[in-house]
Amino acid sequence: MLADIGYAAIFIAFLAAVYAPFAAWHGVRTKQSRWVQSGRNAILIIFPLVGLACVMLVLSILNNDYSIQYVWSVSSREMPTYLKVTALWGGQQGSILFFNLLLAGFTAAAMARKWDDERAIMPYAIIVASLTLIFFLLMIVFLENPFARIGAVPVEGSGMAYLLNAPVTYVQNLFTRPQMVPADGNGLNPLLRHPGMIIHPPMLYLGYTGFSVPFVFAMAALIARRFNDSWTRTTRRWTLAAWLLLGLGLVLGGRWAYDVLGWGGYWAWDPVENSSLLPWLTGTAFLHSVMIQEKRGMFKGWNVSLIIITYLLVVLGTLNVRGGLVTSVHSFAQSNIGWWLLGFMAFMIFFSIYWVYERRDQLKSDNQISSYLSRESAFMLNNFLFLSIVAVTFIGTYFPVLSELVTGQRVTVAAPFYEKVNGPLFAVLLILMGIAPLTMWYRTSARRLGRMTLGPAVAATLTVVILFILDIRNWVALLGIWIVTFSAMLTILEIARAINARIRSKGESPFSALSALITRSRRRYGGYVIHLGVLIMALGIISIELYQQETQIRLNKGESVAIGDFDMTFRNVTRFPGPDDLMITEATVDLSRDGQFIRSLTPRTELYTRTGQPMTIPGVRSTITEDFYVIVVNFEGTTENAATFRIFLNPLINWVWAGAIVLIAGTLIAAWPDRAEQKIMAGSRAKPRRRYPVGAVTGD
Amino acid sequence: MKTRTKLKRGLLPSIFVAILLVALFVIAGVASAQESTGNVTDDEVNAIAKELYCPVCESTPLDVCATQACADWRDVIRTKLAEGQTEEEIKAYFELQYGARALAEPPRQGFTLAIWILPVLAVIVGGLVFARYIRGLRTAPVETGPNTIQTDFPDQNALKEKAETESDTYRERVERELREM
Repeated sequence: MLADIGYAAIFIAFLAAVYAPFAAWHGVRTKQSRWVQSGRNAILIIFPLVGLACVMLVLSILNNDYSIQYVWSVSSREMPTYLKVTALWGGQQGSILFFNLLLAGFTAAAMARKWDDERAIMPYAIIVASLTLIFFLLMIVFLENPFARIGAVPVEGSGMAYLLNAPVTYVQNLFTRPQMVPADGNGLNPLLRHPGMIIHPPMLYLGYTGFSVPFVFAMAALIARRFNDSWTRTTRRWTLAAWLLLGLGLVLGGRWAYDVLGWGGYWAWDPVENSSLLPWLTGTAFLHSVMIQEKRGMFKGWNVSLIIITYLLVVLGTLNVRGGLVTSVHSFAQSNIGWWLLGFMAFMIFFSIYWVYERRDQLKSDNQISSYLSRESAFMLNNFLFLSIVAVTFIGTYFPVLSELVTGQRVTVAAPFYEKVNGPLFAVLLILMGIAPLTMWYRTSARRLGRMTLGPAVAATLTVVILFILDIRNWVALLGIWIVTFSAMLTILEIARAINARIRSKGESPFSALSALITRSRRRYGGYVIHLGVLIMALGIISIELYQQETQIRLNKGESVAIGDFDMTFRNVTRFPGPDDLMITEATVDLSRDGQFIRSLTPRTELYTRTGQPMTIPGVRSTITEDFYVIVVNFEGTTENAATFRIFLNPLINWVWAGAIVLIAGTLIAAWPDRAEQKIMAGSRAKPRRRYPVGAVTGD
Repeated sequence: MKTRTKLKRGLLPSIFVAILLVALFVIAGVASAQESTGNVTDDEVNAIAKELYCPVCESTPLDVCATQACADWRDVIRTKLAEGQTEEEIKAYFELQYGARALAEPPRQGFTLAIWILPVLAVIVGGLVFARYIRGLRTAPVETGPNTIQTDFPDQNALKEKAETESDTYRERVERELREM
């Protein structure tokens, strides 16, 4: 019953998505605003409908309704309630449903806003938004139905035949009820039974779907020939939100990997990680270059291309996770939806290129660059570097696919490749990050830049010299630390100069000067805080990449091993059943430094007895200077008097997470509603409400 | 009957040789096993395993992979290290057995050389395109008309910065002219 309501809801949502663009188009053609409104209402209703479907699916999971294939495959009776709820996105069909929910949510929020300023682009926004919605709803309605019953007939054929057979099969399946309902479910993939499951996938999906909003607005503004209007300002906060959420998703994924994957690392340049990083990188480039468009009316074609690329990379990322194009530790479920996603992407590429070409007159630059040494060119260099990293990462991620096509042999492209090629690019980017804020629009004199960078350069050099004397001889580390110190000093000095100016001119206290600065130009100072967060992360990454120590050793009870300043003694092993179908084998080790006992750690292996899948959970002592991270490689025999341990000493790893928190704070500062901006928005809204101006719709 | 004796005569020595061979193998095996656990540390094995990937567990380096297959692979590395093989020889063995995908870094020869060339090409081509774009912007005529409306409200920062820039260039000009005098 619940499943039937759920399926009916997504089916109606699909019909609404198909109806919306036709209604909007008809409204534009016949100049009838009520049709446009109707199209908008159709888009708005999709969100509650998909929401209803999600509630039905979650209820089915909570009710242990194993007659539904999806419920059976991702849950079991003993699973704790929070995991049952998160099982909504724990498998293929459910996660596409959840993806639809977030996509519909973002689209509805964007559509529900007041349209006074941008009435003219609304019908086009409806059309562009519905393209994405139609496709992803089509996925769950016809191809990956989360409400399919157990024993449902699989759809036959592939390609076109598959799509033609799909509706028939689904209608057939709608009326079949399983003969026998399993007593218990298969249970969620053990890798996903983690509190991180609550937050990491939703964040990533929010980031992914969030980027559809700026895409919709950019394309709509372009098609409506309103590209010079305020679309960038309208979408800025959306873009910032999507960017933050995607970034958060990436960091949380790193943290999750660090906590449960048991390899002492947080980022593996895995294809799926890369495909989430790619839109984040292009999004970062966009957030920078869009400022040139706002201030100088330049770079319009470039900005719209960046938004299109970001959107396409999101679709490609979805294809990677869900379609199985590249192999990855994230490929929890795969099916033949890959070709559909590929087809959709091809369509969107064609659609975007067509409109950019068709409306190229809209993208002409209003201004010219007056100097190669200016804020404009600094932003361009920034974009060039970001796009270079995107190109490298893209090539690395998809090269195995290309190689298989050309030579029939798949190759592995892993961390060493990315570190070698992206490392130098990131380094230059970090230097630019410090210098660019010093440049000014139009032109900057080299002398001024030289004067402002001299102090930090000297300070950074001194820092490196001191570190060299303190016996740090890795030149990559020294170079990295020089760059981080240099850029951090520049950023801090830039803030300090502004505070000083206020103290002198207004006689404020340093703290109120800072808060006044932040409230006056949130974007700038939010940006500086983000930069500082990135630098803190960079320092953490440099030290863990270059100074991670590790050892693996077999210890008998009572034996010790030394690593760094630490000694670890193997004390004991216990075995006990955990929640669910878990069997936990836990070692107790004592950690000490210079003979001083610090604390006990309990690394363990968790065996999911039903599926036989083992998990390795590390024991970690985490401090601001380093993490002592120990995992059990294996326990031996039945007596378990001996065990093999793998120990990592990760210096400054916490700086990576701390930097991420600073970055979030900075983004919140930048995205917080500006009082001045709000006043202006309010002013434009205070205009008397008119009926829908039909002429504006058609662009006449 | 003749054939039987012939058989017997042929059989006995071959059984003897077989037993001898088995014994030799067992002894050799025990010896090598002792040697391997005696001399090769886990760290030495991991150092090589870190740079290898098994064909089954995608995207997981061999040193951290928890499956039995990967444990067996690590034992192969251990045995080969005990036999005195170098890191290069062991990697070459895995490449020969399982193809280039077993290596963490694609080999810099043949088709996979492309992955090392492509990024450099992409950066160079991208750089050229960017340079052209910037030059185009530099020489583009400033359009007047409705298109030049960039912001809805004047940006104080931009104005301030513009004034600053102008005074900066002015000062520069004065200084240059002073020098030229």
